[in-house]
Amino acid sequence: MSLYQVQKLIYQLNRDPRTRERYAAEQAAVLAEYELTDEERQALIEPDIGLLYVLGVNGQLLMRFAALHKFEWNAYLDAMRQGLVRHGPVREGVYAATGYEGVEAHDARLKRERET
Amino acid sequence: MPLVYCGACSHAPGITARPERADTQTRQALESAFHRMGDDIRATRPDALIVVAAEHFANFFMNNMPAFAIGMADSYEGPIEDEAFLRIRRHRVPGNKALSRKLIEVVMQTVDVAYAEEWKFDHGISVPLHFLTPDYDLPIVPANINCQGPPLTPLKRAWAFGEALRAAADAVPERLALVATGGISHWPATPDSGKINAEWDRTFLAHWAANDREALTSYSDGEIYREGGQGGFEIRTFVAAAAAAKGAKGTIEFCEPIPIFAVSCTIARMQIAA
Repeated sequence: MSLYQVQKLIYQLNRDPRTRERYAAEQAAVLAEYELTDEERQALIEPDIGLLYVLGVNGQLLMRFAALHKFEWNAYLDAMRQGLVRHGPVREGVYAATGYEGVEAHDARLKRERET
Repeated sequence: MPLVYCGACSHAPGITARPERADTQTRQALESAFHRMGDDIRATRPDALIVVAAEHFANFFMNNMPAFAIGMADSYEGPIEDEAFLRIRRHRVPGNKALSRKLIEVVMQTVDVAYAEEWKFDHGISVPLHFLTPDYDLPIVPANINCQGPPLTPLKRAWAFGEALRAAADAVPERLALVATGGISHWPATPDSGKINAEWDRTFLAHWAANDREALTSYSDGEIYREGGQGGFEIRTFVAAAAAAKGAKGTIEFCEPIPIFAVSCTIARMQIAA
């Protein structure tokens, strides 16, 4: 596993416009500069946000990587949920899923609490 | 001059990225509280604002992660995030390199801080500034505590950093304000984004308002992760602000859980005697 390398590439893409330009023009060459497994390389290319999440990519990196790929907020959350269904629990890091009632149910509960 | 203002606030990107999805009344109350905080800061006539943030891989990465860093430049740029995503226009934000250097030299006497002559602001600084200094007319001294890449900065060292910042602020002739930014419990950027442990947040803020050093620095990372999520690691910035208040007590001016913003949105101030 080379989670560090996956995250390093995402970090560079998120923060450096020139890396983004190079990635758009010569993706294979940029990817070759990082020691990645086939699974990681494929997840980055698609991009398979759900698999990247399960591999353990830090959410703060992944959220911005998804935004770069024009994932709307709910689409980003759904992609992670689908990743959990398809690939199982998060394998590394500190961004594991722990279970949540969801924003709508939570909002409704808070509204009830405010009214009583 | 002694520090003239010391406070803490939330920095969640959802606050600017998706405001229309929050309960309107609660969101407006939060925005008003943010604007009042900006007014309160201006009322203390600061020459610069120290922002103690918990950045999210805009500048620092696991190849060379500093436990603490302070910016030392005459200007900074932010936000680094996609402008359409965060809904904040990218700005050049004024800094003060000479002032930063003087502060860093004092902080270094007790805390091994990294300095950075380049620094890109992410939502951790850009969201608060969007409300507090919307005209970007106050020089910023950015400071950072590693709340992202474990092993994280110990809470007791975050306290020492706050004390060092206060000693530095008190040692220079400029009037300085300090704002810590971060979330209390939250599970940001995960499928559980929106989950909030409001009771844990209230307890933490009670310790903060009481400026209870022992309680604030006794949390273990295991407890924080279990009760407050990975976002809870950002309490380090609040801990530093409490230390910078040098024993003063605090007031929680606003605190409401707003699930679509993923945190108990908080505005708080230490009643320091300026």
